[in-house]
Amino acid sequence: MRRLIKHGSVIDDAWQQIDPDCPAPAHDQICSLEQWQNLADKTGSAVQLEPGQEPAPLYAALEKIKLLVINFPVFTDGRGFSYARDLREHGYQGELRASGHFIRDQLTYLQRCGFDAFQMADDASLEEALTSLRDFTEHYQAAIDQPLPLFRRRS
Amino acid sequence: MYVYDQHDQTIIDERVAQFRDQTTRFMAGEISDGEFLPLRLQNGLYLQRLAPMLRIAVPYGLMNSSQLRKLASISRTYDKGYVHISTRQNVQLNWPLLEEVPDILAELSTVQMHAIQTSGNCIRNTTTDQFAGVASDELEDPRPYCEIIRQWSTLHPEFAFLPRKFKIAVCGSTQDRAAIHYHDIGIELVADDRGEVGLKVLVGGGLGRTPAIGSVICEWLDKKHLLTYLEAILRVYNQHGRRDNKYKARIKILVKAMGIDAFRETVEEQWSSLKDGPSTLTDEEIIRARSFFRDPSYLTLDSTKAMSDLERDCTQDPIFANWVTRNTQDHRIPGYRIVTLSLKATGFAPGDITAEQLELLAELSDLYSFGEMRSTHQQNMVLGDVQVSALYALWQKLQAAGLATPNIGYLTDIICCPGGDYCSLANAKSLPIAEAIQTRFDDLDYVYDLGPLELNISGCMNACGHHHVGQIGILGVDKKGQEFYQICLGGSQAKDASVGKILGPSFKQKDVPDVIDRILSTYVTLRQEDENFLDTYRRVGILPFKERAYAQAD
Repeated sequence: MRRLIKHGSVIDDAWQQIDPDCPAPAHDQICSLEQWQNLADKTGSAVQLEPGQEPAPLYAALEKIKLLVINFPVFTDGRGFSYARDLREHGYQGELRASGHFIRDQLTYLQRCGFDAFQMADDASLEEALTSLRDFTEHYQAAIDQPLPLFRRRS
Repeated sequence: MYVYDQHDQTIIDERVAQFRDQTTRFMAGEISDGEFLPLRLQNGLYLQRLAPMLRIAVPYGLMNSSQLRKLASISRTYDKGYVHISTRQNVQLNWPLLEEVPDILAELSTVQMHAIQTSGNCIRNTTTDQFAGVASDELEDPRPYCEIIRQWSTLHPEFAFLPRKFKIAVCGSTQDRAAIHYHDIGIELVADDRGEVGLKVLVGGGLGRTPAIGSVICEWLDKKHLLTYLEAILRVYNQHGRRDNKYKARIKILVKAMGIDAFRETVEEQWSSLKDGPSTLTDEEIIRARSFFRDPSYLTLDSTKAMSDLERDCTQDPIFANWVTRNTQDHRIPGYRIVTLSLKATGFAPGDITAEQLELLAELSDLYSFGEMRSTHQQNMVLGDVQVSALYALWQKLQAAGLATPNIGYLTDIICCPGGDYCSLANAKSLPIAEAIQTRFDDLDYVYDLGPLELNISGCMNACGHHHVGQIGILGVDKKGQEFYQICLGGSQAKDASVGKILGPSFKQKDVPDVIDRILSTYVTLRQEDENFLDTYRRVGILPFKERAYAQAD
């Protein structure tokens, strides 16, 4: 079973990994966008977005989705940061997970954009990576974790 | 200038701690080269040809005297006792050690400086007019808006891994001294028909391989929408900018591909969900930002007397008189002048300044200019608020320190990147070309007779030396391992922005000064009365220059 960081601690993953070629994903399996679009009942579903797959098709069913995974095939492709923020701004409340080849030094930014779970390609040093979530205690901009920019909070 | 409170200081201090930890892990082999790359770049650190290069941010080019002293001391302790002023108004160290960079950043943080986002595929240092706040042609001081943008863009979580670098410039004056047409986003403070000052927004300008002039995306935007509008543009770019080819990844390519109207529509759609949200600027925040750029305590001066004294000094000392004409400018307050210090003395790399000179500038800014100093994108320094009556004393001190070369805005005031002597991206050296031209044209009377002339040199297509917008631009190219130089003519970075046109096949290094000489004498022959180089070029076209340049070439 794979491990991940969720809500600041290391836990085991309860979901089965994505299999884009599988004709009928199991109930506890992460769907590709295409598989997810074919689901008759999306209640409690899990779906994974790749870079280039914009979030708009998910908007109508956000309340039904239990897990939303945004994959980072390479850590330098930052589209997922905007997808995450956009989905949270559209009201998504469920688990928002980053997966793939992002690096621990991006955890603060990912968290600020609305991710609350992090499944790293290499899960050997997740405990050490946790410290990177605490790199900053103050921020200038509004984001998902702190919806007010500093200029509305300065004292 | 802007002064940090505990919040700003916390952010900078935590950034230093973060990078110290990252550097330690990198040196212990826990972070790969590829993973460390964007981390170090976003802290200003390049690994160069001979040594690392650290680019220190100078937000919109403004520094105080304690920052200048700190830069001098850092350059002595950690480097070779000099620094370089870049074409983004930043300061570069050429020889720091990787393991000492966290200490340098910690020292910088003690004077409210940093190196955040001076490199990498993120929002870079916002630049502006070097005469902001003192220029006589200014509608409104752009610096409060630069500072608001600086804070918003600093460690922005969504835009740290953009397709490519992203540069913003702001100007608030009739004459554009910030080259806003050549930025990913250019912002101009403009009044609408009711006289209310808002923001005109340009998008998709840039230099590099594919120079482009920015298009207007918004004619007039209420200032309170500044950040949400920027955020909408950046979000569209982050999602749709090309990532398959780094040479096609700048926003200018996206704007061209979509067309400005479709791009605007997409931005407006994105903006509709951000507009009027929490990032909308409050009146209090705009007032707060402006409060840091209020007028210093100017004296009410007898400007008539000061001017007649100045005239007397000028009559007695023609060398001083010449410097006043070439290197000082009108100030909006009577009895004051703006002084530009040339970092373009022949024999010194354009934009380089020694630790001793930095300390002298700190002292002079304390004595003569309210303790503030500005760096310019033409790689010079500016004392913004000098009393006319102090000019003579100031000039004598600058003269003794080699900082009074009277060439601001003329041929030998060359914009030049560090080139192949330092930079690992460069195809060719640029510094020896600058020096050869400065040496060749050492007759100041001839240089003045040529009138205002911008000559810019880049060592490669990345165009750090802004060669496309030089009235004469020189670009280093590599031809089968040999360094050659391509020349273009007719560029302009002003409001009448234009991209220079390539003259023809490139030249050998040793021929460049002769070719420049032939171009200049063509201009002198063809100009009408006091027509400047650019106007002559625009009237007659490139052909006469081309014919002369190649007629006698090898």
